Amino acid sequence: MLSSEKIKEVKEFAIKIRIETIKAIGNLGFGHIGGAMSIADTIAVLYDAVMKYDPKNPNWEDRDYLICSKGHAGPSIYSALALKGFFPIEELMTLNKPGTHLPSHCDRNLTTGIDMTTGSLGQGSSLAVGVALGNRCCGRKNTTYLILGDGEMQEGQVWEAVLYAAQQKLSNLIVFVDYNKKQLDGYTADINDLGDLKSKFEAFNWFAQEVDGHNVSEIYEAVENAKKQNEKPSAIILHTVKGKGCSFAENELYNHHMTVSRQQMEEALNVLLNELGRR
Amino acid sequence: MSAVLANMRVKEDKEMRNVYCETLMELSEENNKIVVLDADLMNSMGMTKYANKYPERTFNVGIQEANMVGIAAGLSATGLVPFAHSFGPFATRRCFDQLFLSCGYAKLNVRIVGSDPGVTAAYNGGTHMPFEDMGILRNIPNITILEPVDSVMLKDIIKQTSNMYGLFYIRLLRKNAVKIYEDSSTFEIGKGITLKDGRDVTIIATGIMVDDALKASDELEKTGISARVVNIFTLKPIDKELIIKCAKETGAIVTAENHSVINGLYSAVSEVIAESTLVPVEKVGVMDEFGEVGPLDYLKQRFKLTPESIVEKVKKVLKRKNS
Ligand SMILES: Cc1ncc(C[n+]2csc(CCOP(=O)(O)OP(=O)(O)O)c2C)c(N)n1
Ligand SMILES: [Mg+2]
Repeated sequence: MLSSEKIKEVKEFAIKIRIETIKAIGNLGFGHIGGAMSIADTIAVLYDAVMKYDPKNPNWEDRDYLICSKGHAGPSIYSALALKGFFPIEELMTLNKPGTHLPSHCDRNLTTGIDMTTGSLGQGSSLAVGVALGNRCCGRKNTTYLILGDGEMQEGQVWEAVLYAAQQKLSNLIVFVDYNKKQLDGYTADINDLGDLKSKFEAFNWFAQEVDGHNVSEIYEAVENAKKQNEKPSAIILHTVKGKGCSFAENELYNHHMTVSRQQMEEALNVLLNELGRR
Repeated sequence: MSAVLANMRVKEDKEMRNVYCETLMELSEENNKIVVLDADLMNSMGMTKYANKYPERTFNVGIQEANMVGIAAGLSATGLVPFAHSFGPFATRRCFDQLFLSCGYAKLNVRIVGSDPGVTAAYNGGTHMPFEDMGILRNIPNITILEPVDSVMLKDIIKQTSNMYGLFYIRLLRKNAVKIYEDSSTFEIGKGITLKDGRDVTIIATGIMVDDALKASDELEKTGISARVVNIFTLKPIDKELIIKCAKETGAIVTAENHSVINGLYSAVSEVIAESTLVPVEKVGVMDEFGEVGPLDYLKQRFKLTPESIVEKVKKVLKRKNS
């Protein structure tokens, strides 16, 4: 269990991730705001309380790996990486600019601390199975984390990976599904419904849990439970809100990719800075 | 076919996606066999209006391109006329086997629309930037590969393909094109268009490079070089006759494409030249590289897809021609 101080710290870290991400996207004037916000609390838990890593030695072999298969959420991971010292925080302002190391979708060759290249939805799932298998083959005692979008789970490749991970009893693989109930064109339920993901994972012989994806202690507890598994890969279904915590995005139906005005950005930042101040 | 170069080559008011949507709406009024598929990029493609008017023939399958293409093939087997869209890389690379076997080999009747070609994928970056889409599809026997350059051509092509049978790939700029053709223009699939005459060299261009080719030709004219400009908008089947004619009459060719030079326009033109009239061919296109993120202007410079690089290649090819 996380101490109450630690919970406070992780929550603050999540706010900081949102602040930096909104700044980077706002500075450019547009970007994938919705999915970056919905996953921010999980990124905060991972980088502040769960994952083993060393910013000074980002390729440390025994580190935990994170594959963000919904590669368009890169900006919130970039914020976490910068805040944790993988690269200077000013670099966040180069997001998507010519010659940047921070492209709209995660790129292992460009960004220090990014473990995998993603952007074609679905592909990160197999990559994560490969990484988890490889780490096990190498006898490493680390964990591979995978983040999937809910819309992304419509890709057949995801289910191929899910099937094989169970076959391999990949208990060193923990998958987060950002179940924000929305994809680009609207609600997943109206387009191609994912339905009850927990029972789907269970049917594929996974250990599955459902949590409030904006509650950092619930997320942390779920990871702890998952780590106790030694026969099954784990899925943590995060019930989230697309655009969460970003004033101009949270209540918009179409908040996948948005243009952001200076004023919108400042309002959103004020809300978050106030929240930080109140802590 | 009577295609006439526009008097004023200006950015069009309407985006290509809106023209695509409106054309399909018009056609669907008379042709109740038309069906539209997408893989969660319906909003991006500006197709909401269509989906609202024709919900019973709109299938947004979600994020699953391979499934979409297979479903399109199946729909066509029942006599329907599918148009299936995704971003270029996902509409091609991601589902090549379905395109090859379920559509091509099975001889079914499917139109695939791949949007955001080459550098126009801009801020979506390298993962979304198809320099290879036409290249991989060119390997499918009997496929027709089209790259409409402006809304006049797009409209005509959508109309024509809706009445044709086979596998079609339509490489579609989603935003505003530069107007190249007068409104009255019509086009013949498989036939290139000579946009500007010239004696010394032929610039063969496709897609967004057509405007740049015309600019380059104007630039060259100032230095006394007479460069013909041809728009090949059907990469396959390619207009052999016209290419050979240009080779014979001008003795040198430069190709210009917003695509990899491997297996794109340069390759297709070179194949024709290799078996007919040997003349020097130079190329402007992406030189076996991956894409990257950034604004369109930057990317055009970065990958040397500019009028200046066409001018440079023309000078190079003329040296070869005259040596
Ligand atoms: C294979 C593939 N198809 C389509 C896209 C375009 N695209 C990018 S994000 C997105 C929607 C993603 O929805 P979801 O997975 O639910 O992510 P989130 O809601 O967390 O943003 C789409 C269709 C893509 N990147 N890759
Ligand atoms: Mg989603």
